[in-house]
Order: sequence, then C-alpha cells, then structure tokens
Amino acid sequence: MQIHLTVNGSERELEVAAHTTLLDFLRDQLGLTGTKECCDLGECGACTVLIDGRAVNSCLVLAVEADASAVTTIEGLGGEGRLSALQDAFIAKGAVQCGFCIPGFVMAAHYLLLRNPRATPAEIREGLSGNLCRCGGYMQIVEAVLAASEASAARAING
Amino acid sequence: MQPFVYARPGTLSEALVLLGEHGSDALLLAGGTDVVVGLRNRLLRPRVLIDLKGVAELRPAIVETSERLTISANTVLTDIGDDERIRAGFPALVEAMATVGSNQIRNRATLTGNICHASPAADTAPALLIYEAVVNLADARGTRRVNLAEFFVGPGQTTLQPGELVTSIELLAAVERRGASFARITRRRGVDLATVSLCCMVEANGRTRFAFGAVGPRPFLVADDSGVLADPGADAAAKDEVLQRLLTQASPISDVRGSRGYRAAMLLVMSRRALRSAIERLQAA
Repeated sequence: MQIHLTVNGSERELEVAAHTTLLDFLRDQLGLTGTKECCDLGECGACTVLIDGRAVNSCLVLAVEADASAVTTIEGLGGEGRLSALQDAFIAKGAVQCGFCIPGFVMAAHYLLLRNPRATPAEIREGLSGNLCRCGGYMQIVEAVLAASEASAARAING
Repeated sequence: MQPFVYARPGTLSEALVLLGEHGSDALLLAGGTDVVVGLRNRLLRPRVLIDLKGVAELRPAIVETSERLTISANTVLTDIGDDERIRAGFPALVEAMATVGSNQIRNRATLTGNICHASPAADTAPALLIYEAVVNLADARGTRRVNLAEFFVGPGQTTLQPGELVTSIELLAAVERRGASFARITRRRGVDLATVSLCCMVEANGRTRFAFGAVGPRPFLVADDSGVLADPGADAAAKDEVLQRLLTQASPISDVRGSRGYRAAMLLVMSRRALRSAIERLQAA
C-alpha cells in the first residue's frame, strides 16, 4: 500500500506492506534506528514515538494506520547538530546507562512535558510508567525530566 | 505477522458491508493495542483487517444529550479521561481508565475496544457496569441496544453477532446522589493486568452495587438492596455478612497473577475498602 506521511518534518511517500508495524517501517524502510524494538507487546515503551503529537508504542501501530499523519521520532527532537533541552538534561543528570531504553524514555518524557510542562516528580513517575529501564536508572531519569521541566518553567517566567 | 488485506472504510455502511462479506475472515481494528499483539503472535489471522478509524459515524466524540453521554467507538481513553463531563459524573471510570496500560496505550486504546476484547480482567468493565453503561450495536439490518451487563458472555466472548459491531457506549446521568470507588491490585505498579479489580457504588437511597473483574469468566455486577452496606452506622460484622453473600458469586481461578485463595481473600479486603471510600464520597457529594 502507498502511504503518505510526515516524519520529523519531512514528507514521505512510500510503499509498505499492510502487515508492517510502524516500528519496523521506521527502522527498516526509513533507517531511523533510534526507535528501539524490545518487548513488541506495548509494555516496555522502547519504541515510543509521537503520532500527531501523542506518544504511542510504534510496535502496536501498523504503518498503514499512520498514513496522513505526522510522526516524530527521537531523531526529530533536536535541531541540526544539537540536542533538545530534555536530551541535554538526560546527559547532565547521568540518566543514560546502557542507553537502549533512553530514546523511548525521552519521547515519553517529551510528550509528558508537552501535556504538563510543570510536572511534579510523582506525575513524572506516573507519566513514564509505560517505559522500562533494565539498568534501573529511574532516579536519574526522573531527575532529568524534572530538571528539564524546571528549566522550561524558569524560561517561561524570565521570558 | 501474516499478510492480510487492509481496508479503511469511510462510512459505517461500507464497514458493515465489508464485515458482512468477509464474515469470520474479517477482523475489526480500532486502537490496535490488543489487535496488533494478536496479529504478531498469530493468535489472530484475519484475511481482511477493517480499520474503523476512517468511519465518519464513529469518529472520536463524546456527545451530550439531556440525560446521557454517548462515547463513540473510536474515542481513545486519554480523551475520555480528559473530558470534564466524564470527570464530574463518572469519577470511578476515570480512575479505572487511568490504570489501563500507559500514556502510550491510552493514546491509542478505545473504551469500545476494551469491552469488545472482553477480557475477564478488563479494567474499565467494573466501572462501566456500576454506571449501568449501554452498548449500541449496528449491523447491516439495523441497530440495537444492550446493557453492558448482558454484553459479556465469557472470556473473549460477547453478544456481538456475526456482521455486527459496537458503534458507541452510553453513560446515563445520575438519578440519585451517589458515590463510587474503583480498586485494583496488580503484581506490580505500572503496566500489568489486574489480579483483582472492582468498583463499588453507593446511592443516597441505600442501594449498593459492586462490579468485579478478574474473579470469574466475565466481569459481573451484584447488588444489595437491604441498605445495610450503605448505612454508615451499621456494624462491621453485619456488613461483612452481606458482603460475603455477594462475594459467593465470584469464582476466581489460580493463574500466574494469583491463586484462587489469594484472590478470594483480597476480594473481601478490597470490597470493604471500596465500600468505605464510596460512602465517604457519597457523603461529600
């Protein structure tokens, strides 16, 4: 089937088999391997991307369902040659250990802060409960999201 | 995943024609959070996958008429949980929906899909049962309405007939002042299926209802009209006697999430707590 969608701001028109997940499409057909494949059940969050601004598990979406929508992956967060403030906060807080779960966490946290720019630690933990980190780096991950949230709140106050 | 034909009808009648043509070879797709898992592990092997998200009549909406809210089949849990009318009138449903999966799941999963999947542990079922939700169905010949309590038949089984689909779920506005509470235990916090889930509603007229999930082949509703459970002054032993009688209708099994005995014991403990919480909410209402 022919699908037409926007991926990280670029319009793409490609042929895809109906039984292909969005995850496989992004990784294998578009080469966007930042999005990770892990549980393939919607439990671990490693494959989190945004469709029309909403975080979803790309392993549970067929590529054909994303026709005519706008998809954002981890590759689309920063600008040319630079990271987003949230990604910088993950580095600053030492939130990345093996790193495999991190693209999913960053996308889930990005969505969380879009919905709730001043999230409390409890809201962050709840909002990230669909993402698993086998290294157990949850404390640093929550600290990173909190720091990014506080920094954006400070920017808002200081104009 | 085995290959299938993907169809995206634009109207309800087109969807029903496809469903009628392909019968048991067809599978309906809404949010896909259960369907895509089934496709991948090949428990589901449709010839035709009918994506309902393009159907104009089923587009995401919560419509209010004088005495009810009608939630269309394609409305996702995030949007239902964010709706002020739902939050004000159906707080136990909001609590139940918040436990379904994660943000990522709730951004795709629909309330209609959750009940059509008909898991005995469906998180939204106990809340929908105590609020006496009505399910609207359509097939090529017409439409019908079914009370949710009669919709569930057994694990994965509903009263949906071949060629039929759910178009919306209706929630009726409160007639009596009421307090409701949702409770659930899982092996871990986060994404997990319920070991036991339940909802309790106490009405100002003294009527008390419980709905239970994961303790029988289907979610089910029980009621106490004696007024004992709703009476804040009734003693604990008298309440327990009524509760125990209601709980005889549960038939929990042992599985990976808990033993039969554990489920039965937790059911009583959680029922007492949910009852207390529902009474407090009724008093605060």
